[in-house]
Amino acid sequence: MSEIKKIKNLKEFSTSADRFEGANLLCPGCAHSIIVREVLNATNDDLILAASTGCLEVCTAVYPYTSWDASWIHIGFENGSTAVAGAEAMYKALKKKGRLKQPDRVPKFVAFGGDGATYDIGFQWISGCFERGHNMMYVCLDNEVYANTGGQRSSSTPIGSSATTSPAGSTSYGEKKNKKDMMAIMAAHGAPYVAQVSPSKWKDMVAKIQKGFAAEGPVFINAISPCTTEWKFAPEDTIAITDLATDSLVFPLYEIINGSELNITYRPKNIIPVRDYLGAQGRFKHLFTKQYDYLIGEWQDRVDAKWEQLQRREEARV
Amino acid sequence: MADTMELRDIEVWDGNMAASQALRQVQVDVVAAYPITPSTPIVENYANFEANGYVDGEFVMVESEHAAMSGCIGASAAGGRVATATSSQGFALMVETLYSASGMRLPIILNVVNRAIGAPLNVNGDHSDMYLGRDSGWIQFDAYCPQDAYDLNFIAFKVAEDHDVRLPAMVHQDGFMTSHTAQGVHTMTDEEGFNFVGEFKPMNDMLDLDHPVTHGVQTEEDWHFEHKARQHHALMTVALPKIQETFDAFEKYTGRKYNLVEAYKVEDADTVVVCMGTSVETAMEVVDELRAKGQKVGVVGIRVFRPWPLEQLAEVLKNVKAIGALDRSSPHGTVGMLYNEIAGTMFNTGTKAVLTNYIYGLGGRDLTKVHLVGIFNDLKANMDAGKPTTPLQQYIGLRGPKLSFF
Repeated sequence: MSEIKKIKNLKEFSTSADRFEGANLLCPGCAHSIIVREVLNATNDDLILAASTGCLEVCTAVYPYTSWDASWIHIGFENGSTAVAGAEAMYKALKKKGRLKQPDRVPKFVAFGGDGATYDIGFQWISGCFERGHNMMYVCLDNEVYANTGGQRSSSTPIGSSATTSPAGSTSYGEKKNKKDMMAIMAAHGAPYVAQVSPSKWKDMVAKIQKGFAAEGPVFINAISPCTTEWKFAPEDTIAITDLATDSLVFPLYEIINGSELNITYRPKNIIPVRDYLGAQGRFKHLFTKQYDYLIGEWQDRVDAKWEQLQRREEARV
Repeated sequence: MADTMELRDIEVWDGNMAASQALRQVQVDVVAAYPITPSTPIVENYANFEANGYVDGEFVMVESEHAAMSGCIGASAAGGRVATATSSQGFALMVETLYSASGMRLPIILNVVNRAIGAPLNVNGDHSDMYLGRDSGWIQFDAYCPQDAYDLNFIAFKVAEDHDVRLPAMVHQDGFMTSHTAQGVHTMTDEEGFNFVGEFKPMNDMLDLDHPVTHGVQTEEDWHFEHKARQHHALMTVALPKIQETFDAFEKYTGRKYNLVEAYKVEDADTVVVCMGTSVETAMEVVDELRAKGQKVGVVGIRVFRPWPLEQLAEVLKNVKAIGALDRSSPHGTVGMLYNEIAGTMFNTGTKAVLTNYIYGLGGRDLTKVHLVGIFNDLKANMDAGKPTTPLQQYIGLRGPKLSFF
């Protein structure tokens, strides 16, 4: 077992040697790069990486350039999980056969995918990987929309959000369906470790990534990734929006161990109203009208109910 | 270390077992697979080998054919020997990833047990799936019997994994007619089989931790064309001669000879049918019977479908006066695939041969010797007339009124 990297403070953490280079094409203010760096910098071990088609992929491997100083593979939109699972299977095969080039080093296998690749088109592949128990981490960069292709709704897009395929208009308040609960679904696979993380709560995030790397078997990480372009906020506000998401409990931070042991890992000192979170983003602007004000009330009720449920699960250890 | 299996010099194997045994003998590192009729026994046989200690690689049973090829791509890019098997609907589901495998130059071996594609659903053999893969950038070998299915797997690994080639390869066999029909198969010992292919030599392997590599990049109008052109160039100018070289090496090794184009009694033939799969062997029998009656007939089997052996086929057909192109797939709106390929091959050669097209055997319908005799009669009439005496495209063995086009 490799040693867990010790990280003393943010300065040291943020200046770790990068295996994901700053030279990439992601939008200014994009949270993806922050999340990826936090994941990669959480370990000193070798990394074998995969990405599904999406913002991260198209912005980091445009021939003849690459932003990756670790082996990295992309096949298609739906199969980043299985790409890295295949590499993990080869690692096991070559280990058994004594053909690894660096037999003393144990790489970590990590796949990244957006919510479109995770909640929608790649769902079956991820489920397959988790059922088979590959030793891998799957990180969802959850920006709640198909951002790479211009803001179409995914099954992670929340109610009331205006997306280009569920636009708000004179007869519509935008997206009509509630966000899919991927955490519950992935935990139901019996995965050893499933966690929700926020790049702005970096200590919590690094602790979870390190727990994930230490676990044997498939690990699912759902990372909130505010999208300056599609959520419509100023690029310099990414971290502020992220904080609003966690402090309003719209995006609660918790972990589920072995499918049942749920721990809430962040309790905001001052829980802020959901209204404040929604009001900071252009994608919810149309809700702030007399006609749709009731939706904001419903939002708050859903968030309260979910928080109540998480606390009950934590207490009951189920 | 995997156990050795003692084989008799000749084993009674169906095509599926022949392919499975080849995969075992070359000691594939990762098989990621999903079962589908009629290729399922390849996966089952391999699972049995694993369960009994005859293979020591990783055997990953995934949740779909798309995932099977996705896993194979990840495994191959990681740096080792990789293979799988599929048919029909599963092959169709895989198609997206076939292009990824070849575009990333990964030497994966795919056994395709040919089967019809629905609707209507059908589990029997025809060449619809093989034709679907024709533009995917893979090398395509065609087996006519279990012996071929065995031998061509070794040849496929040897060609695909060559560092100058680095392209994936399919070994096709006819569903049920080859895959489930047991015949005598001349075997190699485990050592002989493995040694023909040799140890896998990785290149650009993700698991070389000191040399990170990026696989599956994006290219737009600035570089995409060059990548695709280079891939085509490799198929045409590197893979094709390497296949011939490997056929020669295999003949020296085993005494069994394969050719890019299999010509049977064509040298002095006036009329020839060109076909693939089990039909080649049926046609050979008919050729023998008609030759006994004094007819100068022959048969050409396409052994390597991609890269297309254009020069070799043109050479074989140069003196033929009438050609029947037999396609075991519905062309859906045009002439058959082989008709098109042969027409394209012969057009600038100065040939005066009359070329006609026969659609046959869809969904596992038999091609009988009587059918073939009828086709040779048509071809004779075409030769004598110096022009087609029938419609260009006819359906053979179809129930109901005769169907023909063009």
